[in-house]
Amino acid sequence: MSAAASLRRIGLPRLIVHVSVLVICIIWLIPTLGILVTSFREAGQITASGWWTAFTGAAETSAARLGEPSTAKQNGTNYVISGSVFEGGKGGTVRAFGTRVAAPTEFTAGQPADIGNGETLTVNEDGSYTYSKNAPFEGRGKRVYLSVATPPSFTTENYRTVLTSQGIGQSFVNSLTVAVPATIIPILIAAFAAYALSWMEFPGRALIIALVVGLIVVPLQMSLIPLLKMYNEIGNFFGVPSRSYAGIWLAHSAFGMPLAIYLLRNYISGLPREIIESARVDGASDFEIFVKIILPLSFPALASFSIFQFLWTWNDLLVAMVFLGTGKDQLVLTGALNALLGSMGGKWEILTASAFITIVVPIIVFFALQRYLVRGLLAGSVKGG
Amino acid sequence: MISQIVSAVGVVIAGVFVCALYYWLSDKILQIVFPVPVENVRAASVNLNRRAMVRPWLFLGPALLLLVVYLVYPVVATFFLSFYDRSGGNFVGLANYRWAIQDAQFRQSIFNNILWLAVVPAACTFFGLVIAVLTDRIWWGNLAKSLIFMPMAISFVGASVIWKFIYEYRGGSETQIGLLNAIVQAIGGSPQVWISLPFWNNFFLMAILIWIQTGFAMVILSAALRGIPEETIEAAVIDGASGWQIFWKIMVPQIWGTIAVVWTTITILVLKVFDIVLTMTNGQWNTMVLANLMFDWMFRGGGDSGRSAVIALIIMAAVTPIMIWNIRQANKEMGGH
Repeated sequence: MSAAASLRRIGLPRLIVHVSVLVICIIWLIPTLGILVTSFREAGQITASGWWTAFTGAAETSAARLGEPSTAKQNGTNYVISGSVFEGGKGGTVRAFGTRVAAPTEFTAGQPADIGNGETLTVNEDGSYTYSKNAPFEGRGKRVYLSVATPPSFTTENYRTVLTSQGIGQSFVNSLTVAVPATIIPILIAAFAAYALSWMEFPGRALIIALVVGLIVVPLQMSLIPLLKMYNEIGNFFGVPSRSYAGIWLAHSAFGMPLAIYLLRNYISGLPREIIESARVDGASDFEIFVKIILPLSFPALASFSIFQFLWTWNDLLVAMVFLGTGKDQLVLTGALNALLGSMGGKWEILTASAFITIVVPIIVFFALQRYLVRGLLAGSVKGG
Repeated sequence: MISQIVSAVGVVIAGVFVCALYYWLSDKILQIVFPVPVENVRAASVNLNRRAMVRPWLFLGPALLLLVVYLVYPVVATFFLSFYDRSGGNFVGLANYRWAIQDAQFRQSIFNNILWLAVVPAACTFFGLVIAVLTDRIWWGNLAKSLIFMPMAISFVGASVIWKFIYEYRGGSETQIGLLNAIVQAIGGSPQVWISLPFWNNFFLMAILIWIQTGFAMVILSAALRGIPEETIEAAVIDGASGWQIFWKIMVPQIWGTIAVVWTTITILVLKVFDIVLTMTNGQWNTMVLANLMFDWMFRGGGDSGRSAVIALIIMAAVTPIMIWNIRQANKEMGGH
């Protein structure tokens, strides 16, 4: 019997477990679902009703004026005014109506309502109404209040807007320009270093390993000020822009380096000694051993780290804010989203669509390569982002 | 845009090529500089030893260079900068530290950071443990885990937009489109501007990080739970222990080490929390934390490197015990090899 199986025998009844996990999952999923649904709604609908009503259609309260008394027709002893409450306005489905602003849903649509004074009003779902009275109408046309359901409607217009006119499309390319090289370069450098630290004997090895382990937790904040000064000086000295893609690639590579070396060294030093020694006996150089034996065998560890590094560089805001410009050709997605939060606060059709574009790539990577991500987390859970 | 993609792809290929070329070429040069002649055994063995001495440093070179330039040197430089004025040119002794102690915003940040440290790691570990135990016992547990783990992939900025929408407040008689206010209204309360409620707004920001990090805690703790030897649990079952007792007295003590790792990992993350506060409030309404205050001083009024270095050092001081502990553990593990 496995531990998991023994666990099943103890504790709460099964049903309670199922229900509580379901509730937790829903709670965890709802925030993301909220922006996904909202990003496909029209701006007007987003502000008119909560996104959770998007599938049932929004119920809006509106007002309409019935026909003037002069349009009344006599029908026996009754005077009748008829027409549609949607005249000159947009359509919809009337759910309920009322004659007082405080109670706009007093009467159900389609059923005759006695509204006092000998008057009867029927408003049908399609908006047509019959308003009758046992005496001639007086004054102006009567005001009625309606609860109108507009059918659910979805649009991809928000995505078109943010991708073209809000610069999110360009930022998407910028993010890729940052993240892909900043993932591949450190892996190669760290793999060589990890091999040296695992399978080569030299003085100072233990010291370097200790240094690497120590540097894993050093907060980024410690590096920012001197590096900013250094970048500015290099920029001034050589007359080049101090904020460039090359600069951020190196910065990301360096910041990811301690964890990369640590993870890869743990893995590479665990490879079977016989393989490496027999290759040495056969006369293979360290370079050949590394390329032909170590790299292929360490694929799982390389994959784990590259997922980490990709998610970290794609999702990073701080390093990009310091080392990369805020011009159109350098603003990454996280930076663009942050800027939109300032300038477009409250325009949720823009914000939600932009946010979803920002998170869609990491989420695809996550679901496709979750196995390697978990393995990496278990191997290197000392850093924390 | 197309040209940018092309040049980015070009850089990736060129970068990998240059890296590979460096390692290959340096190895070749090494072989030329220290030849191994077949006829002279003595010279050959001397040169083989020399190669073995130099080669590790060729392999380590680029990595060490990056580490020294981007991490070791800046840590030392930041330490010295904390004793200099805003431009970094004039020595001012402890003036920046004195400023920090007396600055109201700095104290606010310290207070908030302590609040974050007290709540977030505990909440993540607790929820992570509970969810790990629950999901291990149902057939669709892996699916549930994936869903709860998913926010890990979302950027802090993206998560902030997601949660800002939940906390959205609309004034007057407008319909509340933020989920939280809609729920509050539905149960008879009055809508609030959550992110500007003093003190409590900190907790609304923390909820975002808890939402992101619980999945991490869950994955690690779940693996630890599965590693518990089944005999111990079986023995407890036979002895008639209740589920509650088994959980607290058998399982939790055996994964204590893992709980500590999860806790410290999230603690380090919390100390560096920046993006969430920047995007949600930018430190307004008493939500400032150290990392944001530090960033603020890096650029405020042209930048004050002295003050911002002091703030960075405080964060560094807080992670130092964890760092020392990690190094000790690593040394112990290597000693055991």
